[in-house]
Order: sequence, then C-alpha cells, then structure tokens
Amino acid sequence: MTATATTPAATAGRATKSDRSNAENRLGMRLVAPAVVVMLIVTAWPMIQALYLSLFKYRLTTPDEKEFVGIGNYTSILTDGLFWKDTVNTVIIMVVTVAIELVIGFVFAMVMHRVIFARGVIRTSILIPYGIITVVSAFAWQFTFSLSNGWVNSWFDWLPGIAADTNWFGDHWPAMFAIMVSEIWKTTPFMSLLLLAGLSQVSEDMIEAAKVDGATWWQRLWKVVLPNMRAAIMVAVLFRALDAFRIFDNIFVMTRGAQDTESSSFLTYRQVIEQFQLGLGSALSVLLFLTVLLLAFLIVRLFRVDLAQARGES
Amino acid sequence: MAKRSGILATAATLGLVATLLSACGSDSDDALVWYINPDSGGQAAVAKACSKELGFEITTQVLPQAAGEQRIQLARRLAAEDPSIDLMSIDPPYTAEFANAGYLAPLPDDLQQRLRDQAFTGAAAAATWDDQLVVAPFWSNTQVLWYRKSFAEKAGLDLTQPVTWDQIIQAAADNGGKVAVQSNKYEGYAVWINALIAGAGGAIATDTEKGADATIEVDSAAGDDAAGVISELASSSAAPADMSVAQEGQAGATFGGDTGAFMVNWTYIWTNYDATQPDVKKDLGFARYPQTVAGEESRPPYGGIGIGVSAYSDHEDQAMHALECLTSPENQGINAEMTGNMPSSPAGYDYPALKDIYPQELLDLFQESLDAAAPRTVSPYWSDISGALQSRFHPPSSVDEDTPADAQKFIEDVLHQRSLL
Repeated sequence: MTATATTPAATAGRATKSDRSNAENRLGMRLVAPAVVVMLIVTAWPMIQALYLSLFKYRLTTPDEKEFVGIGNYTSILTDGLFWKDTVNTVIIMVVTVAIELVIGFVFAMVMHRVIFARGVIRTSILIPYGIITVVSAFAWQFTFSLSNGWVNSWFDWLPGIAADTNWFGDHWPAMFAIMVSEIWKTTPFMSLLLLAGLSQVSEDMIEAAKVDGATWWQRLWKVVLPNMRAAIMVAVLFRALDAFRIFDNIFVMTRGAQDTESSSFLTYRQVIEQFQLGLGSALSVLLFLTVLLLAFLIVRLFRVDLAQARGES
Repeated sequence: MAKRSGILATAATLGLVATLLSACGSDSDDALVWYINPDSGGQAAVAKACSKELGFEITTQVLPQAAGEQRIQLARRLAAEDPSIDLMSIDPPYTAEFANAGYLAPLPDDLQQRLRDQAFTGAAAAATWDDQLVVAPFWSNTQVLWYRKSFAEKAGLDLTQPVTWDQIIQAAADNGGKVAVQSNKYEGYAVWINALIAGAGGAIATDTEKGADATIEVDSAAGDDAAGVISELASSSAAPADMSVAQEGQAGATFGGDTGAFMVNWTYIWTNYDATQPDVKKDLGFARYPQTVAGEESRPPYGGIGIGVSAYSDHEDQAMHALECLTSPENQGINAEMTGNMPSSPAGYDYPALKDIYPQELLDLFQESLDAAAPRTVSPYWSDISGALQSRFHPPSSVDEDTPADAQKFIEDVLHQRSLL
C-alpha cells in the first residue's frame, strides 16, 4: 500500500569501487530490472496518465467537451475553500492519530518486549485489531457510537458532555472524534509492531552499562533506549503519517463526509467517482501525491535518519 | 510418465476452466439483460410477462438502492462499453447525462412517436433530450398535497380550491400543526426547490443544450419566491423539528404523528398507513400540490423511471421490441399494482386493479398532476446543478433573500469548474 521510494541512489561516487563490487552491482541491476519494468507499467503509467488528464477539463459523461486547460484545474483547486477545509481536516486527523498511536504503540511495544509470561497470547491480542479489515472496524465503531444501538452513550453518560441522546455523528468535532478513535484502535498495533522491532535492536549491554552508572529507569529510556531506536521511530511515524494522510475507509463508512469530516482522499473520490470529473479529480490526486511526497521528505528531514541505516544496511 | 500425467492434468484443468467459462457466457448470448432499480418485484414480473410474449428471455440484474449509486454503476459500465447491458432503468435526472454521453441507443422514430403519444406530457418531457425521446417512460410518480381532514376542518381551510404554500404554513402554525416536506441535503430537496421555482413560472436553468454554458436562472423573481416559501416555513412554528434532515420517510412519520397537518409527498403515501396507522388513513385527504404564487398554477414534482437501450448492446433490435413490450400500458398497470409506482400513461391508469386500491378522485388527481408536472431541468449537468443548489439552500433555516443569488453564482462556478463541489 505505502509505495515509498526508499532506494538510496547516492551510493555511487563515494569511492572507487573494485571490479568485483562493480560486477555485483551490474548483476544486482539485472536482477531488479524485471521488477522495475513491472513497476513502471503498473505504477508509473497510471501516474503519467493522471498527470496528463489533470491538464484537461474532462468529464466522463460529456467527452465532447474535453478541453485543454493547462494548470487551470490546479488554480481552481488551490483557490478553493473546500479543498483547504478538507486539507486541514486531514492534517488534524493525521497529527492527532499519529501522536496518540506513537505513545500507546510504544507502551504496547514495551509490554510485548518485556513480558515474560503468556508472551504469545499477549502479543497476539495486541495485534488483533490490525488484522481486522478497516471497513469492518469502521462499521463496528459506527455502531459503537450510534445513537440508537451503541454502548458509548450508555457506558459513559457519567462524563460531562455525554448523555443518552448524544448524537456523535450530528456535529463536526464529535464525528471527527469517532473517526479518529476508530483509526487509532485499528492501526496502533502496526505502530507497536514497528517499534518493537526497533526496541529489540537496542543493545542490552548499553542498558546494563547505564544501570551500572546509576541511571534511573526514566533516564535510561530517554538517554539510551529512545536515541538508539530513532530509525525505527522514524519508519513507524513515516509509514503511519502517510497512511493517515490518505484516510478514506473510516470516513466513507462512518459519515460519508457529512458534518465537514471529509478528507483529501474523500474529496478526490467524490470528484472522480461520483462526479466523473476525470480532469479535476486527476489534478486532486496529483496534489495528494505531491503532499504525501512532501510529508515523507519533511519527516525524513525532521528525524535526520539515513533510511539505509534504518534497514540495517551498512 | 510423471511429466506426461502432469501435462494431462493441466490439459484437463484447462478444459474444465474453458467449459466453465463458456457456461458463464452462454447466458448473455441469447437472453437480454435488464438492469433494474430495486423494487418489490414489479419489474421482474413484467420481464417475465414479456419473455413469454416475445419468445426470448429477458433477465434482470438489480442495481444499488440509491439513485446516485445506480447512476455511477451504469455510467462506469457504459463508459467502458460493457456489452452485457441491454436494457436499463434510469432515473429521470440522469437521462440527459446518459443520452448526451452517447450511452443510449437512439430509439427509432416510429417507436418514439408511439411512446410519446402514450405517455403523460411531463413523462415525455423528462424522457426527452435534444428533441429526441431517449428512454421509454415506464412509471411516473408525482407529489400531491396530503392533509389530515380533521386538521383542515379545525383550521377552516377549504382544500377543494387550490391553496398556496403561504396558506398552509399559516394554517398549520396557527393551529399547532406541522408542514412536512423533504429538505435533507439530498436530491429530494432539489425536487422541492425545482417545484417551487417552476410554480412561480421560472426554471432552474434554460438553454440546457449548451451543456455547462446553460443559463442558470435561480437568481430571479421565481427564485426569490421559492426562497421565500422555504424561509417562511423554516422560521415558522409549522416547521418539523427534523426539517433539516427530513427525507420522504421522516416526512411521513411527522405527518402520521400528533402534530401532523400537511405534507407534500409521492403517490405511495395513500397506502403508507394502511397496516400501521389505520386511523391516519381514515383522516387522510389529498389535494393538488400547493401554489408558490397565489393564482399561478402549481407545477408538481415529477419522478419515475424510464427504460433505455444501451448503445453497446449486441441485441439492439430485440431490445427495442422488449422496450415496447415492457412499457406497454398493461405492463405499467401490473407494475403499479405490485409496487405502487404509478403508470406513465393515461392508458396505464385503466388497469382494473388500480381502481380497487385508489379512489377514482385520487387517480384523477395523479393524472392531472402528471400532466402539469415540472420535471427537473433536463441537462447532462443536472447532478452538478442539483448538488450546488443543495449546498447553498441547506439547511433550510439559512435560506434568506441572498440565497438565490449566492446559489446562482455557486452553480455557475461549479459548472465552469471554478469551484469544487
């Protein structure tokens, strides 16, 4: 799903290579060539097609009125209030869910890492939500928050602001809350799985050494564990942020974009699938793609991590 | 040996797959496929009757429940030139879009003439694009003013004479009653707005053959009159509590409740309360759709289904015969008896069973309304126009004197892709 271009192309030119490593490189290129060709056909071609379509005013059901408009679609989108409203929504969902998932996911990762009894059962139960199809989990949470047959209202009516007749999907923020809860529940296990991988890479010797030096648990966490798993955190945040930015299923099932809960993906879906606006919709998907690229770039910059190192390459 | 048995096994598997595939294909070779909207069995019954009469099989495939989803599924298949669709049931607001895109096979002139002669004026108008009848009107629906007889008596309102929106809103407000309408943010709200504007002598758009350059006329005297009615009701005590989310069902529930007084709704309301609220049925009166402007004839909404032949069908001739059979007055009657979706032709109303279900005055009122009905603007861009209109007119309580001008500008921006919808 997450198609991230992570191959570092900067290995050439570091130092003069031996004949042997040159030959290995050539062999490597020949071996990946078939995969690259397949990727070009199934990924690059549709992307170029979308880029091309985005320059036209083109509607599936009025093909005769297809008209070249250059960057006209982009200017109408970028000057449109609805586009920015949906972008802000998407950013809010992304920031809030990834932040909460990072914290809860880290706690789960620690539990999975340190637990000494019933290891398999605990690890499995933490991972169960991730094995559930997003649409199914969205329906489950929609029922959970439902006014007529949900349990949230009856269990939590002692909290201020929640009553037996609280309509979670009747207003912007409650609806956003419900969507985010569903998203967090579903994807926290993924986050904790990635963090667990990072946690197990932290050398026990270093932790022992810190202990001997008299570091408290808190100090060991912040000075030893976290800095040493920066790469894993970065991969987890990157993957989840990009996924969260493309949120669609939860919104589609729970509100259908009502109460201004629409995300960028949902807006694109409506333009292309519901309104058959192939030109405008393609422009939106190109913008979505660029935003995702930009996000990936920013996150890589923010954590200053070499991705090759994160994958354990030298 | 092992290798040979492997080859044999492969050959056998391929043979089996080929047989299965051809078995799948054989159905579509000789039977017509009719994509229908979900109903309680009327269209399937009519397909069966015509299969028997014409000597070839007509099978049905059911489309999704919502009209918008039906449009998406059909349009995507047709854009891909899918030959597996021969006939399809199309909602009137999308007829022009499909015809303009070239998805519908042109009907022969003589068939067009026969269908036009047979149908109600409103039904034929809704099925016409670019001066051609592009689908065969199958069933036609219209709205009337439903009222509680006891309430009208209490309010002293004479409903044998045409009434205006203003009169019923006042009568309801003064006597603690509600006026139930459809004003959720959905197509039904556009139906109401269209009827109000048409009732004031206007139209949402004209010159629709110019496509996206059609003239939008929401910002007009008629548009102001329509906005006036909506805001009068929304700000009155006659507005139901759920006005901003009310669709046909909610309106029916409000009308059946203690404060129910008036409601505009489709023909099937007559049988709506039979089983659950017989006392409401006894109290149920009906009259012509209310006037937007006093003295100017009302233009009730039009809904229904037309049947089109796919331009990519491999059986066009057969499909044309099937089309004429399916939409014959008798078959319209059979469908109406089973589903409550009324015929699209006066001859269909002669189907005997209908007289057992509906009183003659109501059948007459339906037909009178269908002849006066104002179909929604026939334009390939209707879904955009409707969506933009709903966006600016919703919620009803926000409608004021600026709304028509605001909506007009937004519709134009959307049509010219200056704004996202």
